[in-house]
Amino acid sequence: MDILKLEYDVPGDDFTRAGEASSGLKKALKKIGVNPASIRKAAIAMYEGEINMVIHAGGGKATVEVGPEGILIKLVDQGPGIPDISLAMKEGWSTAPDTVRNLGFGAGMGLPNMKKYSDDMQIDSTVGVGTTVTMRIAI
Amino acid sequence: MTIREMSEKLSLEIACEGDDLEREVTKVYCCDLLSIVMGRAPADSAWVTVMGNINAVAVAVLCDVSCIVVAEHMECDAQMLQKAETQGVTVLKSQQPIYETAAAIGQLL
Repeated sequence: MDILKLEYDVPGDDFTRAGEASSGLKKALKKIGVNPASIRKAAIAMYEGEINMVIHAGGGKATVEVGPEGILIKLVDQGPGIPDISLAMKEGWSTAPDTVRNLGFGAGMGLPNMKKYSDDMQIDSTVGVGTTVTMRIAI
Repeated sequence: MTIREMSEKLSLEIACEGDDLEREVTKVYCCDLLSIVMGRAPADSAWVTVMGNINAVAVAVLCDVSCIVVAEHMECDAQMLQKAETQGVTVLKSQQPIYETAAAIGQLL
């Protein structure tokens, strides 16, 4: 399997472009022969991360590296940060506005899904500075 | 059962043909919360929802469902149909409520 490096800009407040990074990632992983189960996990984790950056952080950057350790996804934003990470990790906890809920998001499943579908996940967040989420999906 | 057979038998409107109306439908799945759908919708299923927006297409692609069935006579917005066209996703519309739509599909499987 080839080593793959990808980088995506995730625009803020633009739900029409959310999903471009995850569908691009899905195609790229398929092309290099990653197994379908890992592709599905990576694409879901990436899409939830994208949506979080669109809703909460005014966008951000996503980088992906595929190598012997698996699929490494790093999501970096300069948003407001997460004041209480353990609360944010609770299923059903959400600070998304009603406009976002009407689109089918904001169910408080984003971060829990990202944890569920990645094999390791780390969140580094500073209020007023931004958030970095790092995920690894085994292949 | 193929998407075409399902749409003909249940008189579903084809809002976007997608890449392949001959694709098989093996299951039926209902949910409107996209975070739940993307985690749980089985591949090759007919996904019945009221979400007629662009994000439903992105989720359908991620989950590799056979098609989206927008029930309850809900509108599909133009952005959704445009995205479905470019991504090759089949979008059908049902005049019936979600339960009746899904139950009818289930009976055909």
